[in-house]
Amino acid sequence: MRKVRLILDDGNVFNGFSFGAEHPAVGEVVFNTAMTGYPESLTDPSYAGQMLTLTYPLIGNYGVPPFTVEPNGLATFMESCKIHVSALIVSWYSEEYSHWNAVESLSAWLKRENIPAICGVDTRALTKLIREHGVMMGKIVFDEDPQTITYGNYGDTNYVSLVSCKEIIHYNQGKGNKKVLLVDCGVKNNILRCLIRRGVEVIRVPWDYDFNEMDFDGLFLANGPGDPETCAVTVDHIRQFLSSPKVRPVMGICMGNQLLSKAAGARIYKLKYGHRSHNQPVRLVGTNKCYITSQNHGYAVDASTLPDDWEELFVNMNDGSNEGVRHKNRPWFSAQFHPEACSGPLDTEFLFDEYLKLF
Amino acid sequence: MKDPNIKKVLLLGSGALKIGEAGEFDYSGSQALKALREEGIESVLINPNIATVQTSEGVADRIYFLPVTPFFVEQVIEKERPQGILLAFGGQTALNCGVALYKSGVLEKYNVKVLGTPVQSIIDTEDRELFVDRLKEINVKTISSEACENIEQARKAAKDLGYPVIIRAAYALGGLGSGFCDNEEELNKLAEKAFSFSPQVLVEKSLRGWKEIEYEVVRDRYDNCITVCNMENFDPLGIHTGESIVVAPSQTLTNHDYQKLRSLSIRIIRHIGIVGECNVQYAFDPDSDDYRVIEVNARLSRSSALASKATGYPLAFVAAKLGLGYGLFELKNSVTKTTSAFFEPALDYVVCKIPRWDLSKFRGVDREIGSSMKSVGEVMAIGRTFEEAIQKGLRMIGQGMHGFVDNKDLHVDDVEAKLKAPTDKRIFVIYEAFANGYSIDRVHELTKIDRWFLQRLYAIYTTNKELKQCKNINILDNDLLRRAKMQGFSDFQIARALGLDKEMKMSEAILTVRRRRKQVGIVPHVKQIDTLAAEYPAQTNYLYITYNAETDDIVYSHDRRSIIVLGSGAYRIGSSVEFDWCGVQALNTIRKAGYRSVMINYNPETVSTDYDMCDRLYFDELTFERVMDIVEAESPKGVIVSTGGQIPNNLAMRLDEQRVPILGTAAVDIDRAEDREKFSEMLGKIGVDQPEWSALTDMDGIKEFTRRVGFPVLVRPSYVLSGAAMNVCSNEEELERFLKLAANVSEDHPVVVSKFIQRAKEIDFDAVARHGEIMAYAISEHIEFAGVHSGDATLVFPPQKLYVETVRRIKRISRKIASALHINGPFNIQYMASDNKILVIECNLRASRSFPFVSKVLKLNFIELATKIMLSLPVEKPTKNLFDLDYVGIKASQFSFNRLQKADPVLGVDMSSTGEVGCLGDDTDSALLLSMLSVGVRVPKHNILLSTGDAKQKAEMLDACRMLSEHGYKLYATPGTSRYLEENGIANTLVRWPSEAEGPQALEMLHKKCFDLVVNIPKNLTTTELDNGYKIRRASIDLNVPLLTNSRLATAFVAAFCRMKEEELPIKCWGEYGMTAAESNI
Repeated sequence: MRKVRLILDDGNVFNGFSFGAEHPAVGEVVFNTAMTGYPESLTDPSYAGQMLTLTYPLIGNYGVPPFTVEPNGLATFMESCKIHVSALIVSWYSEEYSHWNAVESLSAWLKRENIPAICGVDTRALTKLIREHGVMMGKIVFDEDPQTITYGNYGDTNYVSLVSCKEIIHYNQGKGNKKVLLVDCGVKNNILRCLIRRGVEVIRVPWDYDFNEMDFDGLFLANGPGDPETCAVTVDHIRQFLSSPKVRPVMGICMGNQLLSKAAGARIYKLKYGHRSHNQPVRLVGTNKCYITSQNHGYAVDASTLPDDWEELFVNMNDGSNEGVRHKNRPWFSAQFHPEACSGPLDTEFLFDEYLKLF
Repeated sequence: MKDPNIKKVLLLGSGALKIGEAGEFDYSGSQALKALREEGIESVLINPNIATVQTSEGVADRIYFLPVTPFFVEQVIEKERPQGILLAFGGQTALNCGVALYKSGVLEKYNVKVLGTPVQSIIDTEDRELFVDRLKEINVKTISSEACENIEQARKAAKDLGYPVIIRAAYALGGLGSGFCDNEEELNKLAEKAFSFSPQVLVEKSLRGWKEIEYEVVRDRYDNCITVCNMENFDPLGIHTGESIVVAPSQTLTNHDYQKLRSLSIRIIRHIGIVGECNVQYAFDPDSDDYRVIEVNARLSRSSALASKATGYPLAFVAAKLGLGYGLFELKNSVTKTTSAFFEPALDYVVCKIPRWDLSKFRGVDREIGSSMKSVGEVMAIGRTFEEAIQKGLRMIGQGMHGFVDNKDLHVDDVEAKLKAPTDKRIFVIYEAFANGYSIDRVHELTKIDRWFLQRLYAIYTTNKELKQCKNINILDNDLLRRAKMQGFSDFQIARALGLDKEMKMSEAILTVRRRRKQVGIVPHVKQIDTLAAEYPAQTNYLYITYNAETDDIVYSHDRRSIIVLGSGAYRIGSSVEFDWCGVQALNTIRKAGYRSVMINYNPETVSTDYDMCDRLYFDELTFERVMDIVEAESPKGVIVSTGGQIPNNLAMRLDEQRVPILGTAAVDIDRAEDREKFSEMLGKIGVDQPEWSALTDMDGIKEFTRRVGFPVLVRPSYVLSGAAMNVCSNEEELERFLKLAANVSEDHPVVVSKFIQRAKEIDFDAVARHGEIMAYAISEHIEFAGVHSGDATLVFPPQKLYVETVRRIKRISRKIASALHINGPFNIQYMASDNKILVIECNLRASRSFPFVSKVLKLNFIELATKIMLSLPVEKPTKNLFDLDYVGIKASQFSFNRLQKADPVLGVDMSSTGEVGCLGDDTDSALLLSMLSVGVRVPKHNILLSTGDAKQKAEMLDACRMLSEHGYKLYATPGTSRYLEENGIANTLVRWPSEAEGPQALEMLHKKCFDLVVNIPKNLTTTELDNGYKIRRASIDLNVPLLTNSRLATAFVAAFCRMKEEELPIKCWGEYGMTAAESNI
């Protein structure tokens, strides 16, 4: 394997070996502590612009499932149609794999999709650096002069515009008894699957599409990458929807939580190193009900800035940050975590049912 | 919130350590007691296992060393009147006892609330039929079997279930008439055979080759659920999880697989209504995502102890708090201390559990591993690659292996057969297979072990081949060296692969590799286990060492305040929970003295590997290499090698050579006690006797020695081919047979032969000395004569039947030895007393197995005293004297022969017990009865089968037999014994040996449950009577009829139950012994 370096914005250097595409890359270096689910994570559009560090050290064991596509256009096993991370960083890569549903190795897939990957990194040391310092930019460098590659700034890019669909896509068209309009800021396939499975018609529109004139029964705000500030136009559309005299249900996930909160008037801030894992505990505010959730976000809602008619729905039990909001008397709510999981625990998938009950 | 009505709680322990129920329950119980203490709830503990940490001062408030049976527990409840009872922390023993108390209405009668999982939920999981029905209610699949009365039904059942199927004959012991069928033709054949054994045949879907996956699940009373850990068995279904190598987290499951089983676990735990912790075991199809639930354990288990250690999540502690009424959201993560206990640990390392077997200790035992558990202990290894973890683990099991490769030649004759039918050596057979050119696919076909695990092993094999090709350390490629270390190769393995040990002594070769490594910067790093994969900072120092890292998680201050205690490693026959107790006491003392306590140990069943017990816990190897790595990192003030049994003791000299400061007795003196020649020479100098012995290298020498000293002799080969390592030979024929069959005698492998003295009393002397002066001591006598291993013998302390003269002479000799060896710390001497002669058998300059027993009986903590001395703290000579005690402690041994199919349940010079209990009584009878009842012996009601051995033993047992007869017992005796009893006027019924043609047949009657007790004394200690006696003994074990095989113990036990009724036994807690009548009034 070719030797390769990961150089961080603060000057720290990690040496390793390449097991992906052999070209330099830049991105915001983040870590995820999940122990399974690399095919799902790699294809999660929310990782666009980021270099993903997996803290679980043994990666590639079960290979990669086939990239088959269902009749509805969604990949069978993946969360979108391609890998979105700008690079993958692991401690130890398993060249051999073993699983009945695997058709290729992780390395072969990464190379095919032209994504660099580095192994042999002390990912625990790297994670601690990020934890102490906060997320930072990094670059993967082969034999090039590192000076020739610039870091750029993660917040400057509108990643949503890069990963969102470009035109309207219909699912269950004419079949569902309810019509859900889904704003695609970088939606994960499993959100779509969760809705489709429940028999509703889904109209998936691009992130900046003004949906207010369209015919639908409920609004769905999906997840997406980057700084929610880059989605001002989406927030405008949501605000318009919320002020419409025709009150219809809304559910948001992840960036959807942030966009809904912004539309309601709350402030969003960047977390030091985000929540990316399968084990985030959240509590349903005002109850003893707690849930283990899958998360992937770097920004959060400042709950203290929510207007009076809004309240916190979920709160993170580790750091107290906001995990969801709801309107006090209208059918509008959102979750900062991922009830659709994929990857991660399935304990909060019932939120989709709660949403559809509101119709 | 916590239930405010619960002020006093009774916790049931698991009793003696046995196969299938071992140290993990000391850990669980200790954690639960810690939780109670934290809540200010008074705790009452019933556990006769005196060597445990949970039965120590300051852990539980009141401790009863009584049998964990409904009879005794009810009496304790009546006396103590607790409001709550915890049943989930003492294994199956506690659970069964609790269910019995519930069913008999005792809990209701005394208004005792079962805390945690309700009893009905426990019953739902324990009763197979109920369990299957309950899971069916929520559409969860279990392994179901169909009972068939004829071959037609069997065919139909098989067709419905789908081939392959397993056929089992119902009600047949030992798997008679069972087997796999791949098609109807095979079924026809096998079913016919099965129906010949039994009128009913069970047809079950065969899940051969399926993966075995476990989840540890927690639920609170608010219905919040988490899965703390999942684990994957390296060995496929069919091998008991206790016999399997287990890896955490799972390695070959995708997110879909993982979450599917996780969600099922939560669905199950909710439906059954667990409050606390439970374990769900799955069979998982390797070719799809199909699954079956194997079982649910509604209690803390071996797996939960492993999961706690693997993740840092204290399952037992949390389960106890949930039992008291807390919600998970009200508890904190005890590692970070800031985040919530409602979370699921994220691991950033891989953990590998490997079982430890001791099958060579048993004669005749079946070595195949399968669906019943035979291992006696386990280790847990942590690494950042699977290769690193498994190679560490294979060293940790401590059976002379150095990892996956570079071990001694195993001489596997039929690799294929051994791969198909695995034994305790299975993983090393895989190495042999690779070496013989087997492909990964071929090994997979034969073993059904997932290819991924085999690929990892093959990677180790490949690296080893590359190392072997190198042959010279000077041209060894640094990348190869680094890769080897990252794959868990030890310096020893590298030295051996390079052939360095041919040029120099191995100890020197290891140091050469070490120097070379350090020159090029290939050094290990210390990493922290923090439950959240570094997402949040950890407040505890739960550590492991890895080569797959570039930095340490710990910042070392090199302040020389660290005291390192070396632990005792895997539990095995001969080294068990007692050394965990010693280690924990040492840590406590070090902490109290203001030093930084540091523990190195790798046994997940222990309390000493709880990160709360010390300031820094290195969950890592106790090899010279690893201890040196830690010593170099810590720069300690000193290292304690005398509280962890033989493993640390053996390291003393080599550590000392590297100038590691050893606390306590000097290494050179330890060596003088360990080295037979040096020790004899020293004894000779100070005028102390020992049985005559000689180390001999050929048959002629051995014969000459035996001619001189006479038979019997004790023979200890240094290289064992098969079977037990030690044996007593009564004549030349036996001697020759043993040495030819079992041992390899040569220049390199001398045999130690010593005079065996018959009918000698054996005495244990446990003590602590300071600079050669004895500060405290305890003398215990064995009930059995010498010849029964001291670990199997029944100990009486204080001694009740020793001559004052004997005691005085033992004290005098001990003083001489302590002084000659400049003992500074704990030590133990074993003596033999015969015909007024006192002989030294051996001397260990470390804590012994009986330290917790004598410390607790005497109420003087020998380890605390010894540790203070080793730390050079001022101590005063305790004023307590063992001869002032007005009560007696008796330590009895627990055997696990029922788990060891075919093994001859007889005691000999090699130890075979797996655990022990220690009970107190106002006199010998009550203490003995309590301790015998605690190890599962029952007082007989009517009928007793007697075969009382040779002439001397028969005479010895005569009084006991008479007593039985007088007390109305009906005696049955085999011919020799019957005649002898007849001659002495004791009525009995003659029964016949299996080899005799006429009736009544003893064996048949045994099978018909005619006897309540079997006394079967083997005629000689070589136990070659593998026919008649063996059949009776083995049947007693298999049919669960109490068996006594030693005439001295049998006599004492008979006398005790004839003189005293069970109802008269004292229900007194530890604190009540040694108090005046006024004090003991509660």
